[in-house]
Amino acid sequence: MLAMVKSHWTLLATAALLLFLILIPFDWFLGQYTTLMIFIGISAIVTVGLCLLMGYTGQVSLGQAAFYGLGAYFSAVLSKTYSVNPWLAMLIAAAATGFFAYVIGFPIFRLRGNYLAMATLGLGLIMWILFRQLSQITGGPDGMSGIPYLSIGGFVFDTSFKRYFLVWFFCLATLFMSQNIVRSRSGRALRAIHGSEAAAESIGINATHFKVKIFVLSAVYASLAGSLLAHHLRFVSPQSFDFLASVRFVVMAVIGGLASVWGAIFGAGTTRILSDELLLGFGEWDVVIYGAILVVVMIFMPEGLFVKLKELLDRWRQRYTQRETEP
Amino acid sequence: MSADQFLQYLISGLTMGSIYALVGLGFTIIYAVTRIINFAQGEFVMLGGMLSFTLAVSAGLPLAPAIILSVLIAAVIGAIMYLFAIRPARNASVVSLIIITIGVAIFIRGIAGVGWGVDFVRPPYWTGSESIRFFGAYIHPQALWIIGTTLAVKVLLHFFLSYTMVGKALKACAINPRAAGLVGINAKTMALIAFVLAAAIGGIGGAVMAPLTLTSYNVGVMLGLKGFVAASIGGFKSPIAAVIGGFTLGIIESLSVGLDWGPFTSAYKDVIALVVLLLILLLWSGRLAEEERAG
Repeated sequence: MLAMVKSHWTLLATAALLLFLILIPFDWFLGQYTTLMIFIGISAIVTVGLCLLMGYTGQVSLGQAAFYGLGAYFSAVLSKTYSVNPWLAMLIAAAATGFFAYVIGFPIFRLRGNYLAMATLGLGLIMWILFRQLSQITGGPDGMSGIPYLSIGGFVFDTSFKRYFLVWFFCLATLFMSQNIVRSRSGRALRAIHGSEAAAESIGINATHFKVKIFVLSAVYASLAGSLLAHHLRFVSPQSFDFLASVRFVVMAVIGGLASVWGAIFGAGTTRILSDELLLGFGEWDVVIYGAILVVVMIFMPEGLFVKLKELLDRWRQRYTQRETEP
Repeated sequence: MSADQFLQYLISGLTMGSIYALVGLGFTIIYAVTRIINFAQGEFVMLGGMLSFTLAVSAGLPLAPAIILSVLIAAVIGAIMYLFAIRPARNASVVSLIIITIGVAIFIRGIAGVGWGVDFVRPPYWTGSESIRFFGAYIHPQALWIIGTTLAVKVLLHFFLSYTMVGKALKACAINPRAAGLVGINAKTMALIAFVLAAAIGGIGGAVMAPLTLTSYNVGVMLGLKGFVAASIGGFKSPIAAVIGGFTLGIIESLSVGLDWGPFTSAYKDVIALVVLLLILLLWSGRLAEEERAG
């Protein structure tokens, strides 16, 4: 009986949430936040990849902005300079970025912990410098503009309203896909690796193989998000892909809680709202406060804000149901 | 490249390498005692340089007290960082600690940006600015200060670690924290000392380099990374290894800029350090993995 009620509630909550998401961009609702929501959606795509990587392999990547940037620049250069169809450009970008991650994945994942963090950081910085220096291709530090919009047939995604639905379609699709991966054989293998790499290998799981696989997946997600960013802003510049950008993604993943795929939206949402809306009032102090929040969250809630909130909610619910069954 | 040119590049490589070595020393000390990579290490270098400018130029203090005071302030900030950001995060995972030190770095850099603005500044030279002829090349007196300071810091550190009680306790903590605890060495106190020491050495590096290289609120990022490369070339093993690592990186960078081959202009100088970093990490990955497992 209780289980049925619970699944009922879950269904209802999901439907309400979906309705909420659909209504957001309408002017009479929360239309003024459409652009913010687009950025949250794009960030969430990168974050969910990072959640999978960090949560299920226990390894951190401080260079995720490199893949994000690769996606953006591949899309920008192919669709603008070479007039390739934007959708095809997006696909090529994802494939190329994924292949790149695959090639560097095997040597890089022989490292772990601090050393892996530094290696990915180095990788991110190399890509950032290349984006800036290869100015004949990328437009250098000034970036490149005039990237075409995405379109389906004659339908052009030329307003934020339309792009909102495009971005959130991709965002939810990646989340569902990730959810399925977590529940699949690969997901169980990854959890085993996180638990104990030695034990996982002793039952025949090739740990490096799975780690690289999830690394490639996270790179493809980031590339996809980068492509969406390029076609949303119609402008790319190296600033969007610097070290701080990589750190932001890690922060989103951590705040969202590494154990949950859906936490990615929560992490991307809170971080974006914090840095794009709330901290703007603090002017140049915003970075200072951001740094302080990072430290405080990590000290007091190392398992993430999302998990903490969920815990509180569960406790509250338990007390509530207990009181009800007490006649 | 003529012999004179080679010498010139060698000298500038040694100069920059000395700075990397000082940053690398900070990384090595903290890592050895606490197993933490301090991503804020570069910020102490920035603080040393910016503070010495503020104290010596804006506040008008004589140079020597200004420098000593800026190193002391950097050390105090190192202590504050440990007490308020690292110590409360007990039993934190590697990822959490990485983010915490990055958070501290962003915090310090942010305050520096607000307080000092974004312009590059140059504190006064410690002694003259007349370059000294050295065989076919020239050495700036400040470069001599930089190289000399690095060597002096290294020697002093050696005596501190080998001949004082506190220094030996630090060493013991680095070699085996549990055994050190069993003989009554307080790991937390040692960690605090490591942070103070690393911050002070970073501050010294910043103060001595700033007159020659100039400094601004955000030089810490790249310097931190270069210092980390220096420390990894040294394998995070010992202070002397970090110093050799720093010299190696400085000379590689300087010579590669001097060679000027193909599309590789000086803009790619930083890429070279990063590629060296990746190569070192990958070549030594097996050994590093074992250490991480053991530690």
